[in-house]
Amino acid sequence: MSGFKKGLKDGIPIALGYLSVSFTFGLQGVNGGLGWWETVLISLCNLTSAGQFAGLDIMLSGSGFWLEMACTQLVINLRYALMSLSLSQKTDESVSGLHRWLIGFGITDEIFVVAMGNEGSVCARYLYGLISLPVVGWSLGTLLGAAAGKILPEIIISALSIAIYGMFLAIIIPPAKKNRAIMAAAVMAALLSCAFRWIPVLNRVSSGFVIIICTVVSSAVIALLFPVKEEEAGK
Amino acid sequence: MITVRTFFIYLFIMSGDTYLIRALPFVIFRGKITNRFVKSFLFYVPYAVLGAMTFPAILFSTGNIVSSCAGLAVACILAFREKSLITVAAFACLASLLFS
Repeated sequence: MSGFKKGLKDGIPIALGYLSVSFTFGLQGVNGGLGWWETVLISLCNLTSAGQFAGLDIMLSGSGFWLEMACTQLVINLRYALMSLSLSQKTDESVSGLHRWLIGFGITDEIFVVAMGNEGSVCARYLYGLISLPVVGWSLGTLLGAAAGKILPEIIISALSIAIYGMFLAIIIPPAKKNRAIMAAAVMAALLSCAFRWIPVLNRVSSGFVIIICTVVSSAVIALLFPVKEEEAGK
Repeated sequence: MITVRTFFIYLFIMSGDTYLIRALPFVIFRGKITNRFVKSFLFYVPYAVLGAMTFPAILFSTGNIVSSCAGLAVACILAFREKSLITVAAFACLASLLFS
């Protein structure tokens, strides 16, 4: 099987998963007042879940506070920098020059995990194949969700709003079961986030900054208490 | 409702930011990070982000605390059993629908 075809095949389950989550993104976007084309454009340009949902909240709040958007995206997407670093060690000599600028666009959590799961190094064609279908799934799901937002009854839309959080829990809980420090980082950030919701004065801080503060404080504290071993950090 | 101009400014900041964070390390770095604190910090970032984004927001996600808690409980059980992302998300929706 050629590199590109193998990549396409490996991307199918990712694309299917993206279809459902981006569906709720499209739904929330049009419910918040965006046009269907705006939600699809966001998905096509960003290709990320957590960042888009947080970005959507900031966008719809319409505060016009550009720095809040920039900082939020920076912190939420900081994990990609680590993944890009790891992946840059895994690619062969075909991934050079312009290819790095293009492939860099498609490094998502799931694409990263699947690419790293290959034996030996990966080539540019494989990575293009791997990225293709998830991009289609993510954008198409958004379009379908935006269209459905105008048709589906309120009760169904409400129930679907929990999908993204279900996905987040599915990402956090399995590794947290095996690693107490991961559990501690997630729980600490969650508790801080609750404090910012319910404690007077703190609850006036806008949502984007709350995520930044909770993430940076928790990650730094846990990194000091439980520094990772060499082999863990590469994952 | 935001204006089209505001939308495009936000979109530009958002996607430019996201793209550069992903692409720049991939383009620039060939060596490995050696600072242990930085490595550890980056290792915990994804879990802390998701923790902060999920709580307490999940409790208000469906607009009804009972249905949200039902979805949360089902999602936790299935995630604990290491079911796939799509399974966990779908059954969380189903549970919250049944309790709404």
